[in-house]
Amino acid sequence: MHIHEHQGKEVLRKYGVPVPRGHACFSPDEAVEAAARLGGRAWVVKAQIHAGGKGQAGGVRRAWSAAEVRRHAGELLGTTLRTPQTGPAGRVVRRLLVEESVEVEQAFYLGMAVDRDARRVALTASGAGAGRAPQKLHRLLVDPAAGVRAAEADGIARDIGFSGRQLPQVRTLVQNLYQAFDACDAARAEIDPLVLTRDGRILALGASFDFDPSALFRQPEIAAMRDPHEEDPAEAEAWRAGFSYTPFGGEIGCLVNGAGLARATTDAIRLHGGVPAHVLDVGGGATAEQVAEAFRLVLRHPRLRAVLVNVFGGLLKCDVAARGLIAAAREAALSVPLVVRMKGTNETLGRTLLGQSGLAIIHADQIDEAAGFAVASALSTPRPGAH
Amino acid sequence: MSILVNKHTRVITQGITGKAGQFHTAMCRDYGNGRKCFVAGVNPRKAGKSFDGIPVFGTVAEARAETGATVSVIYVPPPFAAAAIDEAVDAGLELVVCITQGIPVRDMIRTRERMAGRRTLLLGPNGPGLITPDEIKIGIMPGHVFQRGRIGVVSRSGTLAYEVASQLGRFGIGQSTVVGVGGDAIGGLGCIDVMKMFNDDPRTDAVIMVGDTGGSDEESCAQWICEHMQKPVVGFVAGAVPGGGEGARQTLAVMKACGLHVTENPAEIGELLASLVAPDYLPFD
Repeated sequence: MHIHEHQGKEVLRKYGVPVPRGHACFSPDEAVEAAARLGGRAWVVKAQIHAGGKGQAGGVRRAWSAAEVRRHAGELLGTTLRTPQTGPAGRVVRRLLVEESVEVEQAFYLGMAVDRDARRVALTASGAGAGRAPQKLHRLLVDPAAGVRAAEADGIARDIGFSGRQLPQVRTLVQNLYQAFDACDAARAEIDPLVLTRDGRILALGASFDFDPSALFRQPEIAAMRDPHEEDPAEAEAWRAGFSYTPFGGEIGCLVNGAGLARATTDAIRLHGGVPAHVLDVGGGATAEQVAEAFRLVLRHPRLRAVLVNVFGGLLKCDVAARGLIAAAREAALSVPLVVRMKGTNETLGRTLLGQSGLAIIHADQIDEAAGFAVASALSTPRPGAH
Repeated sequence: MSILVNKHTRVITQGITGKAGQFHTAMCRDYGNGRKCFVAGVNPRKAGKSFDGIPVFGTVAEARAETGATVSVIYVPPPFAAAAIDEAVDAGLELVVCITQGIPVRDMIRTRERMAGRRTLLLGPNGPGLITPDEIKIGIMPGHVFQRGRIGVVSRSGTLAYEVASQLGRFGIGQSTVVGVGGDAIGGLGCIDVMKMFNDDPRTDAVIMVGDTGGSDEESCAQWICEHMQKPVVGFVAGAVPGGGEGARQTLAVMKACGLHVTENPAEIGELLASLVAPDYLPFD
């Protein structure tokens, strides 16, 4: 789960990582008030969206007066920012971070992420931050029993170009960042840039965090930072129901059980020259009601021309899946071709139930056959809204 | 023959009284030699009771001491699952199979760290378990899609392991052991560990490896195969078709360069394996 920069900075502040003083704002009035509270002669108004590259997209602006703060806030709020990470659709700016303006002497990069091969948290750092020419990335694997040792932190700090006088400050910062990462169940943390200011402070000027979704049950403060505006509504709804949802932009809706099967189903469709609209994975232990709910989500797509259900019953029994499908298809008055392939636990019973349901279902025995039927029937179905 | 487990394996179920633990232990007992294999359950609050004729103990150590079981399977909910693995490791079991999905990454980092230098092997978490067809099934896979034979299967995906077994079945080809290594970022045995076991198993003639994206397990396994493997290997990674992910394409290219027989088509995995073994290949051991 991703959070906003201002929320990331709150997390850092709580764990003793120095950040610029600043406030989150939702209106030009709040932005002006925040600048007044911060004092000083200059401020930075930063658009808050879940994407990097905000600076290059014009989402970060300096202001030297209250009037200028108001103008920037007014222009940014409600605008759509497009960065390489948002894709062409861009993201609407709904909140801002108003911060003290700092004079940067030198910029660095500091990141942490779980390294699955090493089975540890990897710390990466370099002597250039925020879009400057990339420099050598220095890397350290953190011992989960000991955390970041003082000597390790000092070594990294020296490697990326801090001087001896600054080592104690950087050491504490790195150790505190790891504390935050560990205590909050982060999956990724980036301070980009980490800066040395003209007045000798070392600050996290950027803050980007992702958290382990499996650990949110014990991180209520983090879970409360979720911003539904930043999520694809279908994806958010699927997530709340315990499904995983991947949009693809085509016209064939897919319902599967299992991440591997989801990708294989996508492959099979592509090999037949089609593109999935989306793939909804109900996971292992779904109930009939959950399958029905997932099927309703699949059908809600505006450009659907066919639906492919590919279920390999293990935990999820085929008859249970069939009951869910039948219930949802009846209530939705299904109007596009439905291809179903069911294998595994209770497959015969599942197929019998589907056969007796009176629904127009195209049965397939194998994955490539199912994909072929789905692609062909999508092509012969008019686009929704076309006459 | 087989790897890791066979009809003589004795198994403890951790989390036997939960919904998944009850259901799947019953299913596993109904498969192959399951009645004799599943000998104990563990639940600290229900020690002394019995479930469907299986005695429930307070700790894994007690269950092991009383029954001689050397393997456990875990259906404990995510917040407590890593601690359940720790307990099985501390009891000195040979193999722990963790089915639980959604264990926090941080817990698994700590658990793997604790396991360093211990003899216990971990399979999973977030995997379907493993099966030696007709003998023993430990986990959640549908038993009837597998048949006894001489092909090894190692898969990062549960449903694709079923898919592969079902495709092999169409050619009358059975499996020695099918191992689901699980899809989590931090897990136990990787493809490479299982591949080495299949290489050493006299009753395995060829292997199918179903990979996934993320991490370098499949690629280092392919390198190992290139240098050491004595048997043909079929490799598949989902997402390697044009329009899919760059990572999957690269992994498949590495597999191919290392001498694996690869396909990007998930429907052709069984057929590809069948084409490698002689036409008069008898799928029996």
